[in-house]
Amino acid sequence: MTHQPQEALVEPDAVGLGSSGDDPGEGHETVRGRGGRFTGYWLMLPSALWLALFFLVPFYSLIAMSLYDPTGSNLTGYDMTWHVANYVDTIQAYWRPLLRSFWYAAMATVACLVLGYVLAYAIAFKAGRWKNLMLVLVIAPFFTSFLLRTLSWKLILADEGWIAEGLRTLQILGEDGRLLATPFAVVAGLTYNFLPFMVLPLFASLDKIDNRLVEAAGDLYASPARAFFKVTLPLSMPGVVAGTLLTFIPAAGDFINAELLGSPNQRMIGNIIQNLFTNQGDYAAAGALSMTLMIVITVGVVFYIRRAGTEDLV
Amino acid sequence: MSLVADDDATTRDDQETSNRDLRLTALTKSYGSFTAVRSLDLVVPQGSFFALLGPSGCGKTTTLRMVAGLDTPTSGTITLGDRDITYDKPYKRPVNTVFQSYALFPHLDVSENVAFGLKRRGVKDTKAKVAEMLDLVELGGQGHKKPTQLSGGQQQRVALARALINSPEVLLLDEPLGALDLKLRRGMQIELKRIQTEVGRTFVHVTHDQEEAMTMADTVAVMNAGVIEQMGPPAALYDNPRTTFVANFLGQSNLLAGEILGPDGDAVTVSVQGTTVSIPAERSHAVGGKGWVGIRPEKVMIAEVGGEIDAPGNRFAGGVVTDVSFVGVSTQYLVRMPWGQELMVFEQNTGRRPIFAVGTPVDLSWRPEYAFLLDASQDAKAGVEDGDD
Repeated sequence: MTHQPQEALVEPDAVGLGSSGDDPGEGHETVRGRGGRFTGYWLMLPSALWLALFFLVPFYSLIAMSLYDPTGSNLTGYDMTWHVANYVDTIQAYWRPLLRSFWYAAMATVACLVLGYVLAYAIAFKAGRWKNLMLVLVIAPFFTSFLLRTLSWKLILADEGWIAEGLRTLQILGEDGRLLATPFAVVAGLTYNFLPFMVLPLFASLDKIDNRLVEAAGDLYASPARAFFKVTLPLSMPGVVAGTLLTFIPAAGDFINAELLGSPNQRMIGNIIQNLFTNQGDYAAAGALSMTLMIVITVGVVFYIRRAGTEDLV
Repeated sequence: MSLVADDDATTRDDQETSNRDLRLTALTKSYGSFTAVRSLDLVVPQGSFFALLGPSGCGKTTTLRMVAGLDTPTSGTITLGDRDITYDKPYKRPVNTVFQSYALFPHLDVSENVAFGLKRRGVKDTKAKVAEMLDLVELGGQGHKKPTQLSGGQQQRVALARALINSPEVLLLDEPLGALDLKLRRGMQIELKRIQTEVGRTFVHVTHDQEEAMTMADTVAVMNAGVIEQMGPPAALYDNPRTTFVANFLGQSNLLAGEILGPDGDAVTVSVQGTTVSIPAERSHAVGGKGWVGIRPEKVMIAEVGGEIDAPGNRFAGGVVTDVSFVGVSTQYLVRMPWGQELMVFEQNTGRRPIFAVGTPVDLSWRPEYAFLLDASQDAKAGVEDGDD
């Protein structure tokens, strides 16, 4: 067994080390000879444990919680009674904030896509030696906390802030019109907070595009605009898909922006869940709503990726 | 160096004045203080296979990109027939390019790649033309494949089909065979030539491979440091180079320092290390003083000391063989002459003579009509390294 055939090693390793990108079987002969066929599993163990502890267990308890008897409370305890009606009840009670969440998240995603595409395009193709600096600037907001950044948007959009005042002067906003506590404020906050998640994958896929392909399109009678729609955009689709998912999913479940920048009329599903869970102690309803959100998003994502995988989205 | 273009070629083209010729006039491209292309004058006759040959960085690709419209000239004009296309957008000129890296669209299949140009020009039914074009490049039935599923040679042919389907007045080829291995390259050279003859379009081919240029092109323009050193049919360039760069870049040359004695009828006599050699007047590109006497290695004849050589005069004695390379069809010798220079001699392996061993004393000679005379002010090594591909 000291001189093991490579195939025997590769099989279990391919499972365990698939994502490590390591070339199996080069220069590790002695280690492998001793480590045997389980090396890959051993290396997988930490991440597997991590996932089990912090994903599978909480996920299980979330499912269980969503099926609790809703009459229970923190004081009396809960019974797991397979109470599927939790789902129906919560959807009936909260379908508005649920839909609103997807609507706001969709608007924020579209806004991020438009803003982010222009920005990523500029960084990838026009920034030249400023490329790295611009990328750093894109991630710079992460150096401050999410909460603080959202709070400062509260100041930016404040009723007596210069933007609101300016818009009122320009008659774009009515005499007592306001920006804060409106859907606009929430979507703007979401857009701002998740923009980097859109820009980075978009940049990554745009930066990979060989400029000679764009030149070739021009050589083949495509005007710059057509070259963009026929070559650049289709080739950047992986970035568009990744960026929209990375923006839409967290935005749909976000509650900070609605909490700080919105009013009770702009409550999103995240606010409801957070409120049910921490304030009302209604674990069953909170669990059912969380599961509903997760299922809807998962199903949506699967359809989206399927569609994006074909040329339908182009 | 004022050798912008071959005078003969220019006058001939001027007389013809065919109306769809590609004409570059005083074309210049500078990047800051660096001049990539310097006041280039060039006429590519309609329907010809024209090669721009030169080492990397000589400005040949820049020239091509200006014709394609991908780079804007600093000054000068590009005309196609009567139409000035100097500043036309690339998508508005009747010129297509086969890019060095092919630049096939990875998200489109072969048929869609080939149909790209037609679609952009609003042609609705492209199917038949695409199929016809794929047949021409011998890729019939492969239209549904993605470019990444094809071999390098097949990708090259898709790139060719994608450009040719638009029936461009001028097809530009930027080192189109550079990425292929030697054997495939030979095959594609013949293929390209066949297709060019078949479609009868003007092909402008940029390459650093002198053999490729000579194999395919009707006219070769040798470019160096932003200017054209010499232009003409391959055989004329090879037999009668006008500069040391051309002599060395296009094949190999022995260049011997000589003292020009003067004209003698149709020839020029030159004293080389005490031996008087004569060079045909039309191959003499130097007047008076010192000059380089050039002779191609395969034109040099070798014999044992005192042995018979089928050449009148020009005999150089006292050589010693210092290196022998047997390459099958020929044997390549390096012979050290009494004045210290090593001369290259390629001899066909006809079997009539034994192969000389290293250290053998030999005599060299050549027929006077094969020699050429170059101006001594040039570097005898110009183009040597670059041509060593």
